[in-house]
Amino acid sequence: MLVHSPRARLAVQAAFFALFLPVFALPFLVIVAASLATGWSGAFPSGATLDHYRAVTHGDALDALTTSVLTAVAASAAALVTGTWAALAARGTRARRVVDLLFVLPVAVPSVVVGLSLLVAFSKPPFLLNGTPAIVVLAHTILVTAFAYQSVAAALDRLDPACEQAAASLGAGPLRVLVQVKLPLLLPSLSAAAGLCFALSMGELSATMMLYPPDWLPLPVKVFASTDRGALFPGAALAVVLMVTTLLALFAVSRIRTKAAYR
Amino acid sequence: MSTGIRFDGVSVAYGGNTVLESFGLTVEPGEFMALLGPSGSGKTTALRAVAGFVRPTAGRVFIGDRDVTDLPPHRRGIGMVVQQYALFPHMKVDANVAFGLKARKAPRSEIAARVAEALEMTGMSAYAGRYPRELSGGQQQRVAVARALAVRPGVLLLDEPLSALDAQLRSGMLAELARLHRELPDVSMLYVTHDQIEALTLADRIAVMDGGRLQDCGTPQDLYRRPGTAFTASFVGGANLLPVTVADGGGVHLGGTRLDVAAGGAAAGAPATLCVRPHLVGLGEGPNALRGTVAEVQWRGATHRLCVDVAGHRVTADLRELRETPPLGTEVTVHFAAHDAVLLPAGAGGGEGRG
Ligand SMILES: Nc1ncnc2c1ncn2[C@@H]1O[C@H](COP(=O)(O)OP(=O)(O)OP(=O)(O)O)[C@@H](O)[C@H]1O
Ligand SMILES: [Mg+2]
Repeated sequence: MLVHSPRARLAVQAAFFALFLPVFALPFLVIVAASLATGWSGAFPSGATLDHYRAVTHGDALDALTTSVLTAVAASAAALVTGTWAALAARGTRARRVVDLLFVLPVAVPSVVVGLSLLVAFSKPPFLLNGTPAIVVLAHTILVTAFAYQSVAAALDRLDPACEQAAASLGAGPLRVLVQVKLPLLLPSLSAAAGLCFALSMGELSATMMLYPPDWLPLPVKVFASTDRGALFPGAALAVVLMVTTLLALFAVSRIRTKAAYR
Repeated sequence: MSTGIRFDGVSVAYGGNTVLESFGLTVEPGEFMALLGPSGSGKTTALRAVAGFVRPTAGRVFIGDRDVTDLPPHRRGIGMVVQQYALFPHMKVDANVAFGLKARKAPRSEIAARVAEALEMTGMSAYAGRYPRELSGGQQQRVAVARALAVRPGVLLLDEPLSALDAQLRSGMLAELARLHRELPDVSMLYVTHDQIEALTLADRIAVMDGGRLQDCGTPQDLYRRPGTAFTASFVGGANLLPVTVADGGGVHLGGTRLDVAAGGAAAGAPATLCVRPHLVGLGEGPNALRGTVAEVQWRGATHRLCVDVAGHRVTADLRELRETPPLGTEVTVHFAAHDAVLLPAGAGGGEGRG
């Protein structure tokens, strides 16, 4: 609390919202409004309709949503396992810096580059993944593992070794220590990482655009295609569905996290 | 199943920096051994070598007659209690205590009974359903002890288990630990502390460490009454250490004063260190009188501590509370009985005594 006088605090808060709302919140409100509108010529949308949402609940759009959710779940799960494994293995070894660097690479380079590199690497036998859903899941996994790894590695650094050592002195082997002591203590970070990975994967567009096969078309691609065609309002409805799904998943994950926060 | 602990020339280094050097010590089965030493002397390191959390660069560690030097911690069959408790925060008290039993594959039917027994022994039965964060420091400490005892280890390692507690709780837990040691005559205990009171109260024997080496080892009475080195004398109970030379025909010289002290077999003219406990020094005339000026007077409630400069050496006397304290700078005489003094060979550590 840097500001003590109540009036000054109010002024600071007002200034914050004056800056925050137009930049962060208003665009989302605009999409919601657009998704419910039949037209938008003046300052405000005109005509209310649910048609755009009706279109979303079946056919292509629903498939795209399912595709996105499946991709995000698979990519997050794979990223969580890989990232946690790598963080546990690299902890306290000399390879730590190398592994840190390795996992930051997909975030450091533009995701288009990741997409392209996968396309080049997996287009020829024996590694022929091009044209299959697997290559999309793989791309998402590579992109989000960086976040899973970093969040788990940071949590492991803060983890007091005393607990693990107490467990070992009581006769628990490495596997039991991992499953019954370390992972439960890491659960808050793991669930935070899961939420982040899921949200990032749900919104991934640039690498996906280069890789998606016709039968595995994630929702962001559909939003992009729809608005690109000029169908702004149906696109907005798709975007709202994407947003709500992601928020629901994040909310569910944060419920797990509050339950897992022991201290 | 009594098992002792044996260090056989154990050295430990952290990144080329040797913090434990050729450490040799035997804890007999069922014995309570205190590792006493100043901060940084390598006590925790010695304990961790037994637990298996550091690998010795040289030497072997035995638990019972088993060489455990190369065994991982979970195969060593120890119980351990550390300063910061290290309870599992996501488990309730009973699950914490049951953890070791499950890890050691105790029969399911036995677990509940043994958890109850361990909690009973530490007086924590009423708290079985709580999480560690819902307990006070002293209660957490008891749970940590219960958790270590539930597995019925042959050896129990304790690393300053009382240092996070306030003075009152500490003396309560001190009594509890003494009781546990009486009730568990088969369990060898290695107790790390830098508090001489804890060591003197609890231990069957005390091992005094300094700078990664074993300085002295013996029963509390031995170390207190007949310390082997000046370091032991000053660390176990505080001492006046005076540089003297052995006189012809028995006795010693302190400066120009001849003192009547048993010189043992020491050769005449040899330098030595005279050790006298402050509470055995009396005020006024008596045998072995030393004249000096009062340099400092401290009131400590039941006692007065008088620091007297005798021929350039500081002599500390702990006296029963004085009606009138001598003013600073006045000439006083202090004395001590011949049998209260111990003569140490010179060069065995040194420096001013401390209390
Ligand atoms: N992990 C470590 N890495 C490097 N040096 C260490 C490590 N642990 C301990 N040391 C060093 O080893 C020496 C002995 O440490 P140790 O913890 O055994 O001391 P101690 O006698 O237990 O002291 P205290 O009473 O303060 O706990 C110290 O000088 C310490 O700096
Ligand atoms: Mg220590």
